[in-house]
Amino acid sequence: MTSSTSSTIDLPAPTDEPAVVVRDRRTRRRRAIGVTGALGGLTIVLFVLTMMIGETRLGPLEVVASVLGFSDSPSTDFVVRTLRLPTAVTAAAVGAALGISGLCFQKLLSNPLASPDFVGITSGASFFAITAIVLLGLSGFAVSVAALAGALLTASLIYLLAWRDGITGYRFVLIGIGVSQLFISLVGWVIVQAELFDAREAMTWLVGSAGRAGSTELPVLLGALAVLVPAVLLLSRPLGVLELGDDAARGLGVGVETARRLVLLVAVVLVALATAVAGPMAFVALIAGPIAVRLLRGTGSGLPAAALVGACVVLAADLVARQLLPVSLPTGVVTGAVGAPYLIWLLIHVNSEGRGG
Amino acid sequence: MSVVVERPAQVAPSRRRSTSRLGAGLVLALGVLAVVVFLSITLGARGVDLGTIWAAFTAYDPDSAAHTVIRELRVPRTILGLAVGASLGLGGAILQGATRNPLADPGIMGVNAGAAAFIVTGILVFGAMSLSTYVWLGFLGAGVATAVVYAVASIGREGATPVKLALAGAAISAALYSVTTGVVLSDLGALNELRFWQVGSLAGRYWGVVAQAVPFMAVAVLVALVCGRLLNGLALGEDLATALGQRVRLTRTVLFVTVAVLCGAATAACGPIVFIGLIVPHVARAICGPDYRWIMAYTAVLGPIVLLLADVLGRVVTSPGELQVGVVLGVAGAPAFIALVRLRNLAEL
Repeated sequence: MTSSTSSTIDLPAPTDEPAVVVRDRRTRRRRAIGVTGALGGLTIVLFVLTMMIGETRLGPLEVVASVLGFSDSPSTDFVVRTLRLPTAVTAAAVGAALGISGLCFQKLLSNPLASPDFVGITSGASFFAITAIVLLGLSGFAVSVAALAGALLTASLIYLLAWRDGITGYRFVLIGIGVSQLFISLVGWVIVQAELFDAREAMTWLVGSAGRAGSTELPVLLGALAVLVPAVLLLSRPLGVLELGDDAARGLGVGVETARRLVLLVAVVLVALATAVAGPMAFVALIAGPIAVRLLRGTGSGLPAAALVGACVVLAADLVARQLLPVSLPTGVVTGAVGAPYLIWLLIHVNSEGRGG
Repeated sequence: MSVVVERPAQVAPSRRRSTSRLGAGLVLALGVLAVVVFLSITLGARGVDLGTIWAAFTAYDPDSAAHTVIRELRVPRTILGLAVGASLGLGGAILQGATRNPLADPGIMGVNAGAAAFIVTGILVFGAMSLSTYVWLGFLGAGVATAVVYAVASIGREGATPVKLALAGAAISAALYSVTTGVVLSDLGALNELRFWQVGSLAGRYWGVVAQAVPFMAVAVLVALVCGRLLNGLALGEDLATALGQRVRLTRTVLFVTVAVLCGAATAACGPIVFIGLIVPHVARAICGPDYRWIMAYTAVLGPIVLLLADVLGRVVTSPGELQVGVVLGVAGAPAFIALVRLRNLAEL
């Protein structure tokens, strides 16, 4: 404010401001609701579509009727409810969990590239799961438990190692990458120890797949989502303040470390569960958040939209992996192949804006 | 102005003293290296006494199993260890100097993943092939990955910062890794080849591999040793280096090509070995200060010491089996990396 005259010339009169702000807020809210609604619609379409395509083709109405329990054809019920519904639900749930978790990490570490895939949590889960498969000869539910334990232990380890008078995103990311290298070399060692058959089994686990979930894991994931998604939405207010920086957040009365710990805990549990259920699904956690934020153009917290984008990505990838490719591949191969070019673009974009660290 | 004039007179005696001390230290390190080489040849799953080892060199008997083990397994393995240790160490030192980034490491910067992706794709496209083709594909992959990671990380005003480089490296590695996995899952033969290569090991590399890969590494190591002066120039910052008459862009290109050859050949021969390019230059810098001519010399000696020690350790700890050197270094290197990150003045190099 250099002089009073210039301010009256440049700025709109003070009485106009509230109206502008209100109008702006209204359009922003409308945009947030519109985008989230459209994403929800797309998720439902993809959800139904994955259940229509396969050995036996079904119409959309048949699928919807069968899912809602109105169908009177036992064969359709078998195909939809027994064969296809679990995979579709897993894909949607895993995608949603990864989307939310990825966005939390990105906000928490204030770096759009900091996703749980890169900061070591997924590789910790991989090491534990691979050890369970190859060295202990376990399968099914036990592998999921091992992956869950691995992810949680690794996250605590990184948090403890990165702690020095608080956590900075910088240190957390770098230590995460170091820990990740440690686990990658251990995974390589375990795979060399294995018989070729076990090694293939292990490599297959290392690429996430929506069709993997057993009847025990899926309800656990769904239950956790039902609790954790509302929790994370409640916590998203402090998250927004954290983005302003620690000092600003403290000044506004947010218990910085408590908020950060809670959000981190929820994000870690979500990614751990998703990895335990479907294996590591490359890039979903990384790309869902930035896509959602871009669509919303900074309106709303982005968390519901990120969940929906994640669900759409995994559903679409599963559809492509199982149906459109000549050989049926795990979902993670497709998310990896689609994610990689996007990631490189994102890196370039983020760095040219100077937000990459 | 007078300060500048006075400086040489004051600094010269102390520098001469430290030069002789650093020279003595280098000789000492060479002595340690000789001991490590001796250990690498004498220790292993098969106990061979010293007399037999001596005889293997002086009076070689092709029918003796012990002589064959020494001459066909342990000697090439040791030579490869020397070359790879020096290459990865110098590759790391150049990357750290050229990017002025204390955390630059060939493994973390995606060089290994690049080599792996190209090699596996090669196996898929051309079928099983000789290690000599591996070396070329490894070069290519390493070169492409280095270029992409550095290009992506250096976009933006503040250039290639540690976090940006590490993230770009991790991200490109992940991208390449998913290519590798996709190939491996659809081709069982490629999987079997890859899993033994990917763990990073000196085992089972006979004279053929040594003859293929070591000449490249030897030339690149010599080039790297001469690069110390260039790195000293870059360490002053781009503007000052330009003002002093250094052609910065050309220098960078030469340095990165050297890194790609060093790391590509090493990785193609032994598989990905992480952390050695990161830790060894820091140890060298702690010993001899910021002069890259000394750092390069020390790195070239300390790198093989660390690599061969890790290899011997892997052979001794789980005898009669063995722990691959990549695993030993992965487990031992991670704590060292984390300690580096926790140090306060990390971002200044």
